[in-house]
Amino acid sequence: MGSQGGFYQSKEFLDLVKSIGEARSKAEEDRIVLGEIETLKRRISDPDIPKRKMKEYIIRLVYVEMLGHDASFGYIHAVKMTHDDSLLVKRTGYLAVTLFLNEDHDLIILIVNTIQKDLKSDNYLVVCTALNAVCKLINEETIPAVLPLVVELLAHPKEAVRKKAIMALHRFYQKSPSSVSHLVSNFRKRLCDNDPGVMGATLCPLFELITIDVNSYKDLVMSFVSILKQVTERRLPKAYDYHQMPAPFIQIKLLKILALLGSGDKQASENMYTVVGDIFRKCDSSSNIGNAVLYECICCVSSIYPNPKLLESAADAISRFLKSDSHNLKYMGIDALGRLIKISPEIAEQHQLAVIDCLEDPDDTLKRKTFELLYKMTKSTNVEVIVDRMIDYMISINDNHYKTEIASRCVELAEQFAPSNQWFIQTMNKVFAHAGDLVNTKVAHNLMRLIAEGFGEEDDTADSQLRSSAVESYLHILGEPKLPSVFLQVICWVLGEYGTADGRYSASYITGKLCDVAEAYSDDETVKAYAVTALMKIYAIEIAAGRKVDMLPECQALMEEFLASHSTDLQQRAYELQAVIGLDAHAVESIMPSDASCEDIEVDKALSFLNGYIQDSIEKGAQPYIPESERSGMLNISNFRNQDHHEASSHGLRFEAYELPNQTVQSRIPPASLASTELVPVPEPMYVRESYQTTIVPSASSDAGSTELKLRLDGVQKKWGRQTHSSATSTSSSTSQKTVNGITQVDGSNTSNSRTRETYDSRKQHVEVTPEKQKLAASLFGGSSKSEKKPATGHKIPKPSSHVVEKSHARKSSMEIASEKKASFQQPPDLLDFGEPTVKSAAPSVDPFKELEGLLEPTTQVASDENHGSTTAAAKSPDIMGLYTETHAGIYDKDDSDILSGLSNPPVTNMFGGTTSMQVAQSSKGPNLKDALEKDALVRQMGVTPSSPNPNLFKDLFG
Amino acid sequence: MRHNPEEAQRHQKSESGIPAFEAPENPDFPFRLLSRMIHFVLLISRQGKVRLTKWYSPYSQKERTKVIRELGGVILSRGPKLCNFVDWRGFKVVYKRYASLYFCMCIDQDDNELEVLEIIHHFVEILDRYFGSVCELDLIFNFHKAYYILDELLLAGELQESSKKTVARLIAAQDSLVETAKEQASSISNIIAQATK
Repeated sequence: MGSQGGFYQSKEFLDLVKSIGEARSKAEEDRIVLGEIETLKRRISDPDIPKRKMKEYIIRLVYVEMLGHDASFGYIHAVKMTHDDSLLVKRTGYLAVTLFLNEDHDLIILIVNTIQKDLKSDNYLVVCTALNAVCKLINEETIPAVLPLVVELLAHPKEAVRKKAIMALHRFYQKSPSSVSHLVSNFRKRLCDNDPGVMGATLCPLFELITIDVNSYKDLVMSFVSILKQVTERRLPKAYDYHQMPAPFIQIKLLKILALLGSGDKQASENMYTVVGDIFRKCDSSSNIGNAVLYECICCVSSIYPNPKLLESAADAISRFLKSDSHNLKYMGIDALGRLIKISPEIAEQHQLAVIDCLEDPDDTLKRKTFELLYKMTKSTNVEVIVDRMIDYMISINDNHYKTEIASRCVELAEQFAPSNQWFIQTMNKVFAHAGDLVNTKVAHNLMRLIAEGFGEEDDTADSQLRSSAVESYLHILGEPKLPSVFLQVICWVLGEYGTADGRYSASYITGKLCDVAEAYSDDETVKAYAVTALMKIYAIEIAAGRKVDMLPECQALMEEFLASHSTDLQQRAYELQAVIGLDAHAVESIMPSDASCEDIEVDKALSFLNGYIQDSIEKGAQPYIPESERSGMLNISNFRNQDHHEASSHGLRFEAYELPNQTVQSRIPPASLASTELVPVPEPMYVRESYQTTIVPSASSDAGSTELKLRLDGVQKKWGRQTHSSATSTSSSTSQKTVNGITQVDGSNTSNSRTRETYDSRKQHVEVTPEKQKLAASLFGGSSKSEKKPATGHKIPKPSSHVVEKSHARKSSMEIASEKKASFQQPPDLLDFGEPTVKSAAPSVDPFKELEGLLEPTTQVASDENHGSTTAAAKSPDIMGLYTETHAGIYDKDDSDILSGLSNPPVTNMFGGTTSMQVAQSSKGPNLKDALEKDALVRQMGVTPSSPNPNLFKDLFG
Repeated sequence: MRHNPEEAQRHQKSESGIPAFEAPENPDFPFRLLSRMIHFVLLISRQGKVRLTKWYSPYSQKERTKVIRELGGVILSRGPKLCNFVDWRGFKVVYKRYASLYFCMCIDQDDNELEVLEIIHHFVEILDRYFGSVCELDLIFNFHKAYYILDELLLAGELQESSKKTVARLIAAQDSLVETAKEQASSISNIIAQATK
């Protein structure tokens, strides 16, 4: 095979790649690619090309498209290739179509039939390949064509197929939730698949489902906790270890899910404390993946109901991140800090210097993250420093996207925490002047409203002060060249409303300025329109006050220009202005009352003032108005539409053959009342076929399908679900029997925590800090706890009192955890049974735990609640655990060796033969060196990657 | 002054207040944002040459070229000691350099960057195992194989398999099956050819 260099393609292809590699410029590369496209166009339409040749052409098409050129002329050939019988060719075809086509491409309809056929193939590799394509290509319209097949594959004997089927179902759910909503219980079911890969894949859809609707999945908390516990205890096969961590990717996914489930739910959170605490303790903070898990733990802790011990562990982890030399870890530390300060704002203080270092770091990414943190911790005491820094940074960058974001944040903070009107106006001016047209127009409208309404609670003099300071600053700013349009609009509006309000500036001065604006920005119609309206307001105020209005000559010239403007909007405004000037004081007062922009305009929606007119018309013989809903013709049409729509949604495109009508009758099984077990996810291969049959029947029977999901659960082994029933009562019942064991454990971890704190504090004292930084820190973090006590005026900061309550509450709950720990011993951690071939309904005789389970729970679930509280169970449980772990370890070893032997089976592969374990792989690097040298020689010969000194790459990174 | 035409508009607009920063608007890329972990995978050489691209969210060919050009400019110019993460149009791009090749993955704002960094490394380790100390040349000439491997690792933008062994086994099975299928086909056709003689 081509694993050793793999230069088995034709000379032509090699030459192509080589010449692209040698291309000195983009233009040269484009020229080569265009030539290649011509060649391919010619060759590919030849009716009898040998398959092997065709396969290469398709790969060359992929190459061309990868380089950014259009290869759409060859798409149809890739589609054709998926029909081929040989997997080798078929695989290439599928690869090409998944790379070429988006889900809305017209050609997809041509592949659906092939996919259907391949999903039914008895070769699981064909099925896998087809499922890959399903995930990428099947769109909302074609889901019904493959859905039943995919559902059937959920029970496929090969774990790779089950895994991909889960992912495919997840994609269907994302694309069209309604088409698979009756199938979501499959995800729960697959959660207890024997294969950890399938279980891991199931976490993706479950995560999404839980994001959408947390409450329906609260019953799974204990299942997730128990899976996570088993993962951290290394119960999964060794193959899932990654850099000595047990299945870290699965851990991260589970922590994400727990964070959602525990958010704002004290009871659920309490179940998680132990396992999350364990991860904090066990996590290897020297490896990158270990830190990834730690970070996810912090996220989880800051999301679930607060627990003081965990918060402390999280704070420790954060300080380790922030002290690290790695920018990546600092970045994660800043992010994590931003999450944690929502719950415990006081921890920001001890990291103030680290935060300032990050703020001044040359790395933009880190800097931005730090700004995000500052944004989160802004309060009225530090708003000036933070916003000033943000604006400075905003001015310095070119990235418009981020500029917009940071500008809107500045505005938001300024609005929320502004210490004075003066400062607020100045800040807004800076933002507008520099971020100008990037700012969302909403921000401008908000600013106008703010100036108009004032700050609300204060008295009127403060408001008018705000307005006059705004007017003054705007008149000053108008002297500057080139202002952004949005800003000019605000200026014009404010000058129109309040320019003459305080009497400091005369009407003629303001109108002169407005005319200047309209002239200077003569290509901006919106600004001109704002200017005209502002002029009209000024004149209206003058007329209403009884003063004589004499229009400036430049203003008159401007009006004449606008009266003849091509813009009808400008014209209308100009005519309106003319009309207003001609009116008397009373009329002007009533059409344009002064400073009334904030008053509500009452709209008479019933148009009652027209009643008289209507009455007259009807008397004269006019037809009365018939409301739309009463018109019969319309009714029919809408009905028809509904029907049409209904039909479209019920079948749309039909891909399957018409089935026999009696099939549905067969699949109907009288619903049994199994409400107590419906939540238990149970793997049951038989069920899938049934639901498939029902899903073909549209609409009405989907209900029947969902009831059937609950069927046939008796006699099947229950795995992770059982604890969900016992969890609710076990916590409450066990609190009464606190054991010495649990309490001592708490003490032990407390001392260890305080020790780490000590070492941290002593280290902190050694750091030398420059005075400027200290000053900045003091202004940002408000120095010591002074700012902390100040009652915050903003809405952002949580009330301190409630926080204290929470804290004391949480402290109390830590006692509960101690006893809960005990309770969790007593709850049997379920077997994962990975690698066990089939589901057994009877417990294996070796397993002592299962025997006990039989004693404790005589079949019914409800009874188990009482049993769990019983003292006998509590007393016995530790012994059981011991036995259980022993036996389980035995099983596990056996499984693992199975997998190993499975892998090293001779027919598997050329390059994996015998190199399954890490040591062997290491030793086999020897001959590879030779390969690498050969490659190196070849590189030089071919001139690919000319500037890299040694293309023999990853060697040292992995050595 | 209630005569203002912009008045009504202003009142309407200010209802919703300041736009929240969690949902940055992306007028250039109006694709539907499904909750997926990875939006695309890019492999770029130090000279900015594309070695592999995989798009899990829909982008037109024009957008793709633009994305590659933009990101290439940002990432290739970054210093060695800086973060492996870059803010980009409201998304984050996590990248890692292996010799002369940059592996980049685009994720959402609130994803775990360190995890994605490890997914990249995981991918590289699998490539390394498959090709036997992989180098850029392997990927240049066997990019389609790199695609097959990526398809076993990520599916629809989600991490599909975290066990190296499982991925390796599946790829190996595909390769070997292809081989045996070829042999079988030729032997069967030989038999048929002989039988029909």
